[in-house]
This record gives sequence, structure tokens and C-alpha cells, in this order.
Amino acid sequence: MSIVTVQLGQCGNQIGFEVFDALYTDSHCPQGLCSKRENEAYQASCKERFFSEEENGVPVARAVLVDMEPKVTSQTLSKATQSGRWKYGQHSCFCQKQGSGNNWAYGYSVHGPRHEESIMNLIQKEVEKCDSLSGFFIIMSMAGGTGSGLGAFVTQNLQDQYSNSLKMNQIIWPYGTGEVIVQNYNSILTLSHLYRSSDALLVHENDALHKICAKLMNIKQISFSDINQVLAHQLGSVFQPTYSVEGSCHYRRNPLGDLMENLVPHPEFKMLGIRNIPQMSENSLAYSTFTWAGLLKHLRQMLISNSKMEEGIDWQVRPPLPGLPTLGKASLNRGLHFNMSIANLVILRGKDVHSADLGGFKDSALYTSWLEPINAFNAWKTHRAFSKYEKSAALVSNSQFLLKPLDTIVGKAWNMFASKAYIHQYTKFGMEEEDFLDSFTLLEQVVASYCNL
Amino acid sequence: MAQSVVVQVGQCGNQIGCCFWDLALREHAAVNQKGIYDEAISSFFRNVDTRVVGDGGSISKGKICSLKARAILIDMEEGVVNEILQGPLRDVFDSKQLITDISGSGNNWAVGYKVFGSLYQEQILEKLRKSAEHCDCLQCFFIIHSMGGGTGSGLGTFLLKLLEDEFPEVYRFVTSVYPSGEDDVITSPYNSILAMKELNEHADCVLPIDNQSLFDIISKIDLMVNSGKLGTTIKPKSLVTSSAEAVKKWHQRPFDAMNNIVANLLLNLTSSARFEGSLNMDLNEISMNLVPFPQLHYLVSSLTPLYTLADVNIPTRRLDQMFSDAFSKDHQLIRADPKHSLYLACALMVRGNVQVSDLRRNIERFNALLTKRPLAHCQTVP
Repeated sequence: MSIVTVQLGQCGNQIGFEVFDALYTDSHCPQGLCSKRENEAYQASCKERFFSEEENGVPVARAVLVDMEPKVTSQTLSKATQSGRWKYGQHSCFCQKQGSGNNWAYGYSVHGPRHEESIMNLIQKEVEKCDSLSGFFIIMSMAGGTGSGLGAFVTQNLQDQYSNSLKMNQIIWPYGTGEVIVQNYNSILTLSHLYRSSDALLVHENDALHKICAKLMNIKQISFSDINQVLAHQLGSVFQPTYSVEGSCHYRRNPLGDLMENLVPHPEFKMLGIRNIPQMSENSLAYSTFTWAGLLKHLRQMLISNSKMEEGIDWQVRPPLPGLPTLGKASLNRGLHFNMSIANLVILRGKDVHSADLGGFKDSALYTSWLEPINAFNAWKTHRAFSKYEKSAALVSNSQFLLKPLDTIVGKAWNMFASKAYIHQYTKFGMEEEDFLDSFTLLEQVVASYCNL
Repeated sequence: MAQSVVVQVGQCGNQIGCCFWDLALREHAAVNQKGIYDEAISSFFRNVDTRVVGDGGSISKGKICSLKARAILIDMEEGVVNEILQGPLRDVFDSKQLITDISGSGNNWAVGYKVFGSLYQEQILEKLRKSAEHCDCLQCFFIIHSMGGGTGSGLGTFLLKLLEDEFPEVYRFVTSVYPSGEDDVITSPYNSILAMKELNEHADCVLPIDNQSLFDIISKIDLMVNSGKLGTTIKPKSLVTSSAEAVKKWHQRPFDAMNNIVANLLLNLTSSARFEGSLNMDLNEISMNLVPFPQLHYLVSSLTPLYTLADVNIPTRRLDQMFSDAFSKDHQLIRADPKHSLYLACALMVRGNVQVSDLRRNIERFNALLTKRPLAHCQTVP
């Protein structure tokens, strides 16, 4: 089953390009460490999910590019075509001239209705090319105008028009130190709208990705394309094909459906995060060896201590012991903060996958009281190695990891709102102060729900 | 890509405008080697086939035939505009883009606003509409004028009201040259106050500039160049004050150097809208991020570096120094000391070979130094 990707705004388009590139490069990577037949099955599955075939054999990405100014989309399209390996459809791009001015209200209330028909038509064409549709993957940022505002609008439309398909939104959490002054407003408005219309929100934080580039990849001058490549690597390790049942050789048919089935048991809890191990620069790869035990141990501690990379993990944090009374509901100010999960999914790729012991993840102390580990934890395995890593593990988890950043952003937005700064820029496009207040209420509730796990 | 129209009013406005067009042509010439009329050039220039009689058939793609500036030149006395039309830029302007009179406004805001405003209202509107028609998608009007005189301040601000009524969706960026301490016009305080009222109500964004600061910047560069220590290592065309190698001519024509600084500012402001980069910031984004309340739309601007050393690889220390300079009051184009008062919002626009990590590092540094200061940034790599 296929996934249609919608790339929105500058961020969405830049990331989308890297994602397709990573998926393609991996599926055609010669070091799959598995039999030829299996490799071909892997390639075919990946291709069916993300690419469609064109006459001259160059795969065309199943993607729709949307942006309100032409510079980024034209650059993305040309980069893809120039690479010669894959490309975007010639008519899959929609762009305007003026941009959204980092204004959520402009993206949502002005661009949305104005271009609703054209954008939905493009998406429909892409959907018609699929034999069967697994769902939509929408890539957007939260801080800008197009990605956030128009993204929220498009997601809502997809909810109305394709109510049977699943939607997963990949959102980019802006740098804490700020990229855009009104990013807090844009973020809370986006999150509150997406919470109502999307099925799952896969969140990547720019800060975390930046640290990964600096510490693990040893890149001195980090550019956005480095950050995007790390992100694409993480996404690829989740979305590439995996076996459906232990031991069988058939790849899963419905990636989005399976992901959501495992990870989003309750509609109140939709925030997912990815952790990937190992992650290092290509030069270091040649000198490293891994064991499943080591990798999984690190991954488990990364989950518990809410760390995003395998360096600097806080090993002091431990899950609460079963006999003792729970240490009250988690407060945000507690020191050794243990990251409670609702559900986890571990995806293992590479050599000797079957020998990996996942017992550590089945510990009931990691999960909330209302979900048994047997329901909360799942594992997918596949022999075929991912992107030159002999063994790699990815963990997609629905946990409290986003609690603190979310609370911070809501706090900052509230401070700005209290002084009514910048509100006139939003109200002049038809938004009201009530819309802001609604968003605050919804997000406070999400924060409270996650806090009380 | 969106187009912008520049309206230059009064002596000051036209002189700055002249430098601006000169610099814009040079910038595009340096970037656009193949002579193809692309999106970047179209933001300020039209591609016209001058052999066609009439309005000049506009060509939208292909090779550059003849470039016409998207500009309107207004002055109530003929001297300055005539000089421009006899200078090297005469082919860039169309005779239909000019509005001139003979007598001038006599440094009187009321004459500029009330008398000439009502007299020339129809003509101005017609020319504006014409320029707007030539644009695919008009994003912004740049108005350049001075506050102390008669035409620039009076007629210039009258224009703002016209633009607001006629083109309500188009941004109005105003570059105003404020009178400095040693100003030679006696009525300049009155003119400035009356003009400020209009700017407050009708402009989207104002970039105030004053002559004294510009002069200080020039003296600083002068010192650097002539001190002999760095003199030989400064790249000849890199000075912010001159477009060509006219390093020595300042003392005769200081206003040229000063106008060049302002022209540089305007070009850099629009660079992210014209060229592509990894994090673009359009003009409407500038206005969105830096204007928290509708009437607080006065932006203090500063430029770094003022000159480039011949050494190509800028080591990190020097890059960090550039960021510090951007916040220092010596590099500002207006006398003000934000560090000792309050920053409401800042935006850093970076051009060239600077990466996200450098930006991040410097922003974190300034987080510590400044208080209550939300920060936006963008970068382009033309």
C-alpha cells in the first residue's frame, strides 16, 4: 500500500527531498546483508510505498509539493531531477508568488480557502495513481506561515475528504532560542488544530537534531541540509519495509496503519518521537562494531531518561520499582525525571536480528498503568540492513518526551499573548482572540493528560 | 517572485535612489552571468524591447534586452532629476516614470503635502497604476525620502495615504532620512513632526536613518583605509560606501558615499526575497516579525561588515566579531542606543557563507547579553 507525501512550506520541501533521497539510496544500497531475492522484495516494497513508475524507468516520488513562494520548490524539483536517480512529478507542484509572511492566520485563513481546490486536486491525482492508499504523510514546520497555517488547513481538508485514510503529520519543533519571533504563536495554533484533525504527530526537534549533528556526526559547520539528512535517516529507518510476522518473508503492507495501531491507543495521546541508534558519520562507521545487547540497552536508557542520542545519556534515571507507591504524579520540576511511555515500537534491522533480546522493553514499569506491556510494546524485525549500518534499531514511542518543550512553548506564547503583542497581525486576517484561547485550553489539557500518566 | 516598486521623492530621495539603482545593477550583473532575465532581476527591473514603440513590450523570459527600473521619480524642481537623466543611468529610467515641476516646495511641508499633493494626485496615481500593471505580483512599495525638506517630507507622505487607499494589500516600506544635529534647514523640525504623523498612520514599516551616523560610518572606514595598517589588504570593491573603486573621492562627494550605505541596506533587506537560501525571509515576514504593535513600526538598522579584508576564509572569530558589530551602535544607521534601553524584536539577515551552527552560536551569545529580546534570523547564500 502506498503513502502519499505532502510537503508544505520551505521546511517541508527541503526535508521531503532528503527523505525521498534517503529512501531511494537505501533501497538501492548494495550492502543489504541479505539474499538477492530478499533485497529485490525489499526494493519492490519500498518502491510501491513511495515511488511510482514512469515510462523511462525513473521512479517518480509520490509527493505533492506546496509552497507559497517559488524559490524552494523550484530548487527542490531541480535537485531531484539533476540527481538522475529519481524525480518529482512534473505537475505535482503548487506554488504562489507571495509567501505567507510567517503568519499562521495568513496561511490558514487566506491561502487555505483560496487554493483549496487546486491543492486538493493535486493530491487527488497522486492518490489515483496508487493501487491502494495507506495514508498521508504530511511534512511541515510549526514556526513558519505556510507549513504551519496552510498545513493545518490541508490536514483538516484531508480529514473531511479522505476520512477513511490515515494521516500522519511530521512536524518540526523550532529551535528553543528562536528562529522566528512569532514561532510560539504559530506553534500553538498549529498543534491545537492538528490535534483535532490528524491521527498522529511525529515530532522532531531542531535542537535535538542539531546536537546529533554536532556530537555524533562530528560536523563542524552544520547546515540545514545536514540536519535534514539526519532526520531523513531516522524517518527512513522507520518507514522502510519490515516483516509482517515473525519469521515470514513477506513485508508489511500497511505501514501507517500498523504504526498507529501500535502507538496511538487513545486519541488524547498523539505525540510520537523517534530515537535511532547508532548514528554516526560515515567515516566512523568503518571502525565500529555493534552488538544487539549493547544497542538495545542504550536505546532503553535513552527512552527512560528522555535523551535523544546515545551520547550523554543519564544512567541514573530508573523506572519506579513495582512495590513502592508511585512517586505522585510526575511533576515538571522533578529532578530525575523518568519518561513514562504509553506505547513503544522497536524496529530492528540487520544481522542476527532474531537473536536480539527485547526483554528490557517489556518491563511493565515503563508503561502506564492502564496498558499492559503486551499491548503497549511491539517489535518489528527485518534482516535487511538499513543504509550501511550492519545493525540498527529505531524506537518510535508515544511518551512524555515532549512534555517539557510543549509546556515551554505554551508558556512563552501565553506571555506574549498577555501583552497582546503581534495579535493585530493575526486578527487582520480574520482570526479572533478566542481562537488563541481555544488553542491554549486544548494544549493545557494535553499537557495535563501527559503529565498524569 | 514578487516585484517591488521604488518611489523616490525629493532631492534626497532621488539621490539615494540613484545610488540604489546603480548598486542593484552591479549586484545583478555580478550574480547573473548569463544575461538571462530571471526571477531575481524581475523584482526590481522590467525587461523591455525598446524597439517596440509605445509602452515598450515587456518580455518576461529569455535574454535581457533592455532593463527598465520599476521606479517612479518625483521632484518638484528639475535639477536633480535632470542630472540623473543625463548620467550613466539614463537608460534605466523611462520618461513616463517622472513627475517634475519647476518651482520646488521651498522646504515647506504644507506646500509639498497640500499644494502639490492635490495638484499632482491624478498624475501620481496614474503612474503608480501603470507600474503596478507591469508587475506580475506586486509585493511592496519602497518609498525613499527625507523628513526635513518640503517635497520629500510633504509630497512623500501624501503618497503614503494614496498608496494605502489604492493598494491596500501592498506593503509600504519607507526609508526616511531624519535631520541630524547640524541640519541646515531651519524648518526641518516642523516638517519632520508633520511627516511623522503620516508615517505613524500609513506606513507599514519605517527605516529611519540620519546623516550624522552615516558620516560617522564613513569616517570610520576612512580611518581604516588610510591608517595604512589594513589599507593594502582591503578588497577594492568591497566597501559599503562605494560601488566602484572610488575610494579616494569621498572628501569631494561625501553624500555619494553616504547614499551608498543606504542603498546597500535596501539591497540587503530585499536579498532574501530575491535570491534563494536555506532559510528565506521575505519582506512580509520582516514586517510580521518586527512589528509587534501596529504603531511601533520603526526599525533601527545596522550593517556589517563595512569592508572586507582580502583574506577569503573568514575565521570564526571574525565572524563572531561581525555579529557583535551588528549590535554595536557604531554600525547603526541612526543614532540610538538600544543596548541601554529595550529590544522588542531583532532580526538578523545573513548573506553568504554562514551556516546555521554559526548563527546558533551567536544567538546564544546574545541571549545572555541582551534582555527581553525575541530574535528572528534568516540566511541566504546567493
